[in-house]
Amino acid sequence: MAVILDFLVQGTQMLVVLLLSPLLVGFVRKVKARLLRRRGPSLIQPYRDLLRLLRKEVVLAQNASWLFRTAPYLMFAATWVAAALVPTFGTGLMFSWTADLIAIAALLGSARFFLALAGLDVGTSFGGLGASREMMVATLAEPAMLMMIFTLALIAGTTQLSTMADLMLSSGVGVRVSLGLALVALVLVALAENGRIPVDNPATHLELTMIHEAMVLEYSGRHLALVELARHLKLLLHISLIACVFVPWGLAAPGAGLVPHLVGFGAYLGKLALGGFLLAFFETSIAKMRIFRVPDFLGAALMLGLLATLLRFVSAGM
Amino acid sequence: MSGIVFDLAHLLAGGLVLMSFVLLYQDRLNALLNVYGLHAFILALSVAWQAYIQSAPHLYVTAAIALVFKAILIPYALYRIVQRLGIHREVETVVGIGPTMLAGIGLVGLSMVVMLRVTAGADPLAREDLAFALSVLLLGLLMMVTRRNAVSQVIGFMSLENGLILAAAGAKGMPLVVEISVAFSVLIALIVIGVFLFRIRERFDTVDIHALDRFRGEQR
Repeated sequence: MAVILDFLVQGTQMLVVLLLSPLLVGFVRKVKARLLRRRGPSLIQPYRDLLRLLRKEVVLAQNASWLFRTAPYLMFAATWVAAALVPTFGTGLMFSWTADLIAIAALLGSARFFLALAGLDVGTSFGGLGASREMMVATLAEPAMLMMIFTLALIAGTTQLSTMADLMLSSGVGVRVSLGLALVALVLVALAENGRIPVDNPATHLELTMIHEAMVLEYSGRHLALVELARHLKLLLHISLIACVFVPWGLAAPGAGLVPHLVGFGAYLGKLALGGFLLAFFETSIAKMRIFRVPDFLGAALMLGLLATLLRFVSAGM
Repeated sequence: MSGIVFDLAHLLAGGLVLMSFVLLYQDRLNALLNVYGLHAFILALSVAWQAYIQSAPHLYVTAAIALVFKAILIPYALYRIVQRLGIHREVETVVGIGPTMLAGIGLVGLSMVVMLRVTAGADPLAREDLAFALSVLLLGLLMMVTRRNAVSQVIGFMSLENGLILAAAGAKGMPLVVEISVAFSVLIALIVIGVFLFRIRERFDTVDIHALDRFRGEQR
């Protein structure tokens, strides 16, 4: 019985992240539009876009190899698995023994790897340009992410997300500089990884600045739908990662009944809405930076991660 | 009780190290001066917290000196100097910002390793303060080494001095006379440096200290 319940929770979790992610993107767009005093598209517009893309015919370049055709599926699968590992409304996930932060970073890294390969595959100049820029971002974003993970692991004594959330819920943590630095580093990395405004603009096709769009220009039909959905999932994943580690209030304990899970779900929706609102607010209040400034931006994230680890050693030495 | 006491001291001292990094990261002179003011403000908070923990009222005087002189007067005086000099408002660095930051991280790591080994038997609060103070000091030195503009070198010197005050506040029992004399000597140093800045500017039409090297015939 308990096993069935565990499966149920894990299955719900996988469905929830898949179904909520386009809504989150729609919400961010709506809030941004409202902040600019526009009306903006409806909240369910991303779902409509995905459905329309799914119905359309796939147009392939003549020299596209098998890699170009399989990459969207691989990317989508890796991102979905990663998103399913992050505890969103309850910590009693079936897969929580694998829900290890390093595994999540690795899954995201392989999704990125396939996307960059696919960008190079067709051999257009835009694809290569996007892939090289994406790798430039990755060389700094991934070490920063790993340093952040190491800091959290040093504080919690584990890399498992659910144990980490439990520790943060207990009051034994106290005020730690390292945690604050790790949070800032994680936010910076999340902005860069999702191609949000200071790094990349998700809403334009401006050749001087685009990173993600340049790689997926050649995709169409259901492939493009999968790439887009993977992207929505990635944004949801980063927001829920921040919510799970830094504001884990309301998470249902393992083996809890229906009511704590519903409470956890409500809290999760609230956290997502707050995260989406903050993202939209941040994006409307700053300008996009030049692509050559991005290494400085991510270097700051890496530096914060390193500093967080070092400061953690000081307080550990006491 | 001891948990929150230690955590807050840790937070403030760690914030001072972070501010030193922010100083290293700046590329505009005005922003640099603002961040320096914030650096001194956090120092004042940290010293005041130490005064509260150690119940040493004379440390409140140190905090007040830091607040008035370092967080308000010195940044304002430097701001006026920059305006009067009419130099352009960018910070010229010898090496890029990225390598400087990495070197800074290395220095922080070094000071942690040294301090945590040397002070193994000491009080945890003093230990942690000393480790952070040494890193603030080394970062100030790094800033003086990697900047070409004399004004930002002065900022590096002042932030180095903030690190000294942090160390002195953490180690119990620094007499008030010493603190006051240190504070005033820094103020005098600022005035002397200000005069020198104007002399350098008059002589070379720039505050880039490489002009001095050329004048002495060290660079062709």
